[in-house]
Amino acid sequence: MKKIEAIIQPFKLDDVKEALKNIGIDGMTVSEVRGHGRQKGHKEVYRGQEYQVDLLPKIKIEMVVPSARADEVIRTVIQSARTGKIGDGKIFVYDVVDAIRIRNEDRGEAAL
Amino acid sequence: MSLSSPVSLAMAVSGASGEDLAAGISALREAVQAAQIAADNAWMLVSSALVLMMTGPGLALFYGGLVRRKNTLATMMQSFVLMALITVLWALVGYSLAFGEGSAVLGDLRYALLRGVEGAPNSDYAPTIPHQTFMVFQLMFAIITPALIAGAFAERMKFSALLVFMTLWALVVYCPMAHMVWGKGGLLNAFSGGAIPCFDFAGGTVVHITSGVSALICALYIGKRHGYPSPAMKPHNLVLSFIGACLLWVGWFGFNAGSALGSSALASSAFVATHFGAAAAALGWMIAEWSRTGKPSVLGAISGAVCGLVAITPASGFVKPLPALVIGLAAGVICYFMVASVKQRFGYDDSLDAFGVHGAGGTVGALLTGVFATNAVNSGLKDAAGNPLPLGLVDGNAAQVFNQAVGVVIAWVLAALGTFIVLKITDAVVGVRVSPEHEIQGLDLSLHGEEAYNFEV
Repeated sequence: MKKIEAIIQPFKLDDVKEALKNIGIDGMTVSEVRGHGRQKGHKEVYRGQEYQVDLLPKIKIEMVVPSARADEVIRTVIQSARTGKIGDGKIFVYDVVDAIRIRNEDRGEAAL
Repeated sequence: MSLSSPVSLAMAVSGASGEDLAAGISALREAVQAAQIAADNAWMLVSSALVLMMTGPGLALFYGGLVRRKNTLATMMQSFVLMALITVLWALVGYSLAFGEGSAVLGDLRYALLRGVEGAPNSDYAPTIPHQTFMVFQLMFAIITPALIAGAFAERMKFSALLVFMTLWALVVYCPMAHMVWGKGGLLNAFSGGAIPCFDFAGGTVVHITSGVSALICALYIGKRHGYPSPAMKPHNLVLSFIGACLLWVGWFGFNAGSALGSSALASSAFVATHFGAAAAALGWMIAEWSRTGKPSVLGAISGAVCGLVAITPASGFVKPLPALVIGLAAGVICYFMVASVKQRFGYDDSLDAFGVHGAGGTVGALLTGVFATNAVNSGLKDAAGNPLPLGLVDGNAAQVFNQAVGVVIAWVLAALGTFIVLKITDAVVGVRVSPEHEIQGLDLSLHGEEAYNFEV
């Protein structure tokens, strides 16, 4: 099993969700996060007072999928989240040791 | 009142008896007077309510949106509690000290506890509205003036200190200034034989210079907010500020047009000047900011409108619509540079720009009133033969610009000295500033035990 963690632009969330649904991925956890990579921040000015805003709002999507499907999921996220501009985000992939469904204690891929 | 008098007049005319005729005319005169009082009183009660609306919710929202989230309620509370505090003070002695006929600088105690302030008009001030209406209209001005100051020490003043400071400030600064400009026999009262006739229709000196200059003294005395200006101290909710500014704009019609003290053509003229001043200032600030930073901000546009309303306040009952545009435009541009450039250069933390907006805007407006005031708008001053006297520079009375400047200086000095003394007393009695821990935690929790936004509940 792989955990796929995608940090994306907030306005791309609907596109990504829709694309994942179309390939049959329906388990995910979404959080509103703030951060920056190379994009850095932007400048805001209130009555002449400048503020550098470094941490920008982003969306983090976390999914755990069978290892065999990981590449497909990653490609789907890339296609649906990409604008080609700086700030599109990143994807991180981790190995997952186990998964347990709390309701009935299914384990491994059966729990996904 | 309504039908009986004309009917009795008709009877008197047809009946022909001289005595009946006189009685009929007298009855008609009373009926006309009663009708005028009813009409003027309706507008003045509405105006009074509009001016209260400027403080709460207008100013409370405007300021509340400009502070950080942790100080939202505390900031709104500063405006709201003044609606209560100043009202009580006004009933006890405030109204009398401002409007009792005392010396040239302060009223006496003839109206203390509102003695004699009832339904009958007070012909010294407003012969066509109940004295009570005049009193309560003026009260609304006495409420918003100290509330404006609170922008300077936002996010760091103790609540107990606010109560002590504002009580003393109203007595030491507001009442004398209001008396000098508007009170019977006041030093600057152009319409009551003041030694230095200064035109201030609705409070450029009394309200905006006093509050703005006092704000600067407060900002200097209390010091910068913890960490200012390095951590982000952005406005937490400009939507609130936007709504507040729009309420201020509407409420200002009561403030300025209400200052005609009747439902007259002068009220219409002041209404129009007020609106034009606000509009031109909103554009003035917007253009200045756009050309300097590359973006026309919403906060800039609404701040500009408020500056225009401030600047047109003393002029509103004296100037024509086009000069009102000029005054507004000047105020919008000048206040922008006060806030965005002068404040940064000197580094004082006038947190919500009470000085930059009200002190600067009020001064610009008070001086330009001396330029543009004309008896074509306000014929209240007459010579012995009953002809209207020239008012401002445009009427050929260049000396008025000097008179206005004297009024401005008196307002600046009284506000600066009075505020400094009152701050010293407040500091000695309760201490003006919250502890650093409370300031970091935020005043909503540390002073009031509540939070503005409980989204998780």
